[in-house]
Amino acid sequence: MKQLMKGNEAVIHGALLGGATHFFGYPITPASEIAHAGADLFNKAGRHFLQAESEVSAINMLYGAAGAGARVMTASSGPGISLMAEGISYMAGSELPCVIVDVQRAGPGLGNIWPEQSDYNAVVKGGGHGNFRNVVLAPNSAQEMCDFTYGAFEIADRYRATVFILSDAYIGQMMEPVELPTEVKHGLHKEWALYGDAESRGNLITSIRMSTKDMSDLNLALKAKYEQMETEITDWEELDTEDAELLIVAFGISARVSLTAVQRLRADGIKVGLLRPKTLFPFPRKRLAELGRGGVLRRAAVVELNTGMMAEDVELALPDSVEVTRCNWLGGEVPTTEDVMEEVVAGFADIAGAVR
Amino acid sequence: MVKYEKPQSFYDVFERKGPGQKVTHYCPGCGHGTAHKLIAEAIDEFGVQDRTIFCSPVGCSVFAYYYFDTGNIQCSHGRAPAVASAVRRTHPDSIVISYQGDGDLAGIGTAEIIHAANRGENITVYFVNNAIYGMTGGQMAPTTLVGQKTMTTPMGRNLRRDGNPIGMCELISALKTPVYVERVSLADGKKVLRARKAVRKALKNQIDGKGFSFVEILSPCPINWKMTPIEARNWVVEHLEPIFPIGNFRDVDAPEVKESAETARLSMTPAMMDDETLYTTLSTQRDLEADKPVAELTDQFVKIAGFGGQGVMSAGVLLANCAITTGLHATWLPSYGPEMRGGTANASVIVSTEAIGSPLVNRPTTLIAMNGPSLDAFEDQVVPGGLIIANSSMISRTATRKDLRFYPVPASDMAQKLGFLGAANVIVLTIHALLEGFPCVETLRHVVPHSLKRKNLVEMNMKMIDAAVEYVAANPVEAVPQETGAR
Repeated sequence: MKQLMKGNEAVIHGALLGGATHFFGYPITPASEIAHAGADLFNKAGRHFLQAESEVSAINMLYGAAGAGARVMTASSGPGISLMAEGISYMAGSELPCVIVDVQRAGPGLGNIWPEQSDYNAVVKGGGHGNFRNVVLAPNSAQEMCDFTYGAFEIADRYRATVFILSDAYIGQMMEPVELPTEVKHGLHKEWALYGDAESRGNLITSIRMSTKDMSDLNLALKAKYEQMETEITDWEELDTEDAELLIVAFGISARVSLTAVQRLRADGIKVGLLRPKTLFPFPRKRLAELGRGGVLRRAAVVELNTGMMAEDVELALPDSVEVTRCNWLGGEVPTTEDVMEEVVAGFADIAGAVR
Repeated sequence: MVKYEKPQSFYDVFERKGPGQKVTHYCPGCGHGTAHKLIAEAIDEFGVQDRTIFCSPVGCSVFAYYYFDTGNIQCSHGRAPAVASAVRRTHPDSIVISYQGDGDLAGIGTAEIIHAANRGENITVYFVNNAIYGMTGGQMAPTTLVGQKTMTTPMGRNLRRDGNPIGMCELISALKTPVYVERVSLADGKKVLRARKAVRKALKNQIDGKGFSFVEILSPCPINWKMTPIEARNWVVEHLEPIFPIGNFRDVDAPEVKESAETARLSMTPAMMDDETLYTTLSTQRDLEADKPVAELTDQFVKIAGFGGQGVMSAGVLLANCAITTGLHATWLPSYGPEMRGGTANASVIVSTEAIGSPLVNRPTTLIAMNGPSLDAFEDQVVPGGLIIANSSMISRTATRKDLRFYPVPASDMAQKLGFLGAANVIVLTIHALLEGFPCVETLRHVVPHSLKRKNLVEMNMKMIDAAVEYVAANPVEAVPQETGAR
C-alpha cells in the first residue's frame, strides 16, 4: 500500500532506507518538515539527528561526519544554502560524500517562502569557490523525493561527491502517494575515512594542496570525475519527443505543470514534446543535441521559475537551428497549465495561430 | 623531570619543512611547537594515539597534521568545533581534539565554539591565544590588547572603535555544560609545566567521558609582535597575563559541574534499529487494506478552504487517502506559511485515474467553503456545472453564480451538536462523496481510522459520517446547473 506523505517527509523515508546515519540541520521554511521528520524518525531508528546553531555549523558537521565515514545529510532552502557555500567547497576539495536537499524558495535575499527555481545556478554550477560541481538531482514528485534521496547516498559514496536534491516549495509541501523502496541500504567501510582506529590513523581529510602541481592534479581529477558522471548517471524523462517540432524543457514543479500542458497542446494538434532532466548536473546535453540534430525539432521552450537559468544550458546544448524561448515565472508564482500553454505558444508566432 | 625525546604521537620527520625535517615550520620563539608537544605527550601517556582524530584549524597551525601521527581532518576557518562535534558523535570511542588560534576561535568561529561548549560535546579544545593573527600577517585579533599595534591597528587597538579583547575562558565558563575550563601560559618553564597538567587533564576528561574541556594557552608570537623570543615571553607575562588571568575557571570535580556533565552525556545515540523494524516503522499505512479499485472516474479537482483549525488540510488528506486506497492517483497541495497563520487556509486535491501532472487547482470541480471569506475568494474559480458545498453555520449567503450547484449544510452546528466541532470537515467531505460519487461512503469509513492521529476520535468521526448521510437523505439536492459547461 502506498503512503500519502509530503515530499519533505518522503526525503527522510528515502534517506533512512538509503542508509543515512547522520542528519545535521537548521530550520527554514519551506524545508522544515524535513528536519521535523528527521528529528522524529532518525531518533526512532537509532540514528543521529542534531539541530545545529546555524547552516554554517550544519555543513561543517556534515564535513566532520562524512570525514568519519558516515552517510550524512542536511536540508535547507536558498538562504541556508548560501551560508553553506564555503563548506560545500571544502567537501568538494576534500572529496567527501554528502547529500544536501534544497527546497527552493523565492529570492534573492530573504525573498519569500513560495516556490522558485532560482537556486539553479548556485547549485548546478557549483555554488562555492573553486573548480567543482555537485551532482544535482531534480525530483518532481513525492515519490522521487523519496527515491532520489534513497539513491543519492550511493552516488555520493561512489564518486565521493556532494549530491544535491534540488526541489522546490511545491514539490516539498505537496502530498502524494509514495511506495517505499523495499531494500534497506547501508554505507560500506571507506578506506580513506577516519574511524579513530589504528587502521585509519594515517588518513588525512583536507582540501589544502600546497603545490601548484598538487592543486592542479586535484582539479584535473575532479574534472575527470565529472566527465565520468556524465557517461554514467545522466538521467532524464521524455514524453512525445519522437515527432515533436516543439520541445518543452522543464524540471521539478515546472515539469509537472508542463506535462499537463503538453498533453493538452497535443490534443490541440500541436506536435509538442517534453524533456525533463532528472539530473541537472550532469545535464542531458547530449540527448538534447541529438534531438536538435534530428531535423524534426525546430523550437524549444524552457519553462522554469527563474529568469532563464536552465535555458542557458539548453541553448548551449541545442544546435543553432533550434530556436529557444524562455517561459519564466518569478516571485513565488507558479503558472497554471493554461499559463504555460499560452506562454509557450506565444513564443512562436506560426504555431500560435494553430491553437484553438 | 625533563624528557628530550620526541613523543611517539609525532611523526619522525615533518615533511612540511623542506630542509631540516626534524624541526617545525613555526617561527623561532613561537608557542605552537610547545603546545603541540604537550598535546602529543598527553596522547602518548594515555595510549590513545590510534583513537585520536585531530582537527586542525585555519591559521599558523593549519599544518598540525604534519606533526601529529593520528587521524587528521583539516577544518575551515572557525568551524573546527562543529567538525569535531560531528566526528565524535560518529565514533563515540574516538578521542577528538580541536586545536584553534584566536582569530579562528574567538573571531570567525565564535558561534561554533560557544555552541559546542554549550552542548557539552565530549571533545577537547586547545585554544592558542597570542593576541594576533599570525598566518595572515599580523592583523588585529579579537584578543588583541587595547593599544596593541597590529597591521590593521597601526595606531594601536582603539577601545571606542574595536572594543575590548575577548576573554574566552570567562565566556565559556559562564555556560553551565562545560566541565573543565582553564587558562595557562607558556611564558616560562614553570608555567609550561602547569600548562602540561591542564593539557593532560582536558584530554583525560574526554577519555573518561566527562564532557567538554577547554584549555586556553597564552602563547608568544615574536615575529608578528616584532620582538625577540625573550622579549615576547616577557610581554606575555607583563601584558597578556594581566588582561587574561591564568588559572582554573571550571573543574569537573566540583559537584554542580558533575551534575550538568552527567546530563549532557545522556544524549548519545542509541543502538541502530534493524532493517526489518525500520521498514515496519516507516510503513505507517501497512494496516490499511486496499479498497475495491475504482476504474472509472471523472477527474476531481477539489478546493477545501476555511479558517485554520477547521480541518481543511486534514479533510484534503482524507480525500487523497481514499483515492490511494482505491488505486487512484492523488495530489494534495496546501496553502502554507504566513498565509496559514491567522488567515484562511486551503488545500487543493486532485483525484484521477491517470498520473497527475500539474497539482494546481485553479478551476475546482468542487469547492468546499467552510467560511464566508473562502466562498468569496473561490466562487468565481469553480467550473461551470461544478459544486459548491458551503458550511452554512458560518456562511449566510448563497452562490451569486447560477451555473453551478450550491449545497449549503450547517456542518459546524451539526458537528458541535454531536460533540466535536473540529470534525465538521468530515461532514462536508461525506457530502462531497454523496453528491459526487467519490469516494464512496464505505471507503470513507474504511480510511477515517487510518487518517486520524488521535484514535479516540474514530467513533466521533463515524458519527459525523452518519449525520451527513442522514442530512443528504433529508435534504435532497435542489440546486441543479442551469447550463452545463465543460467539466
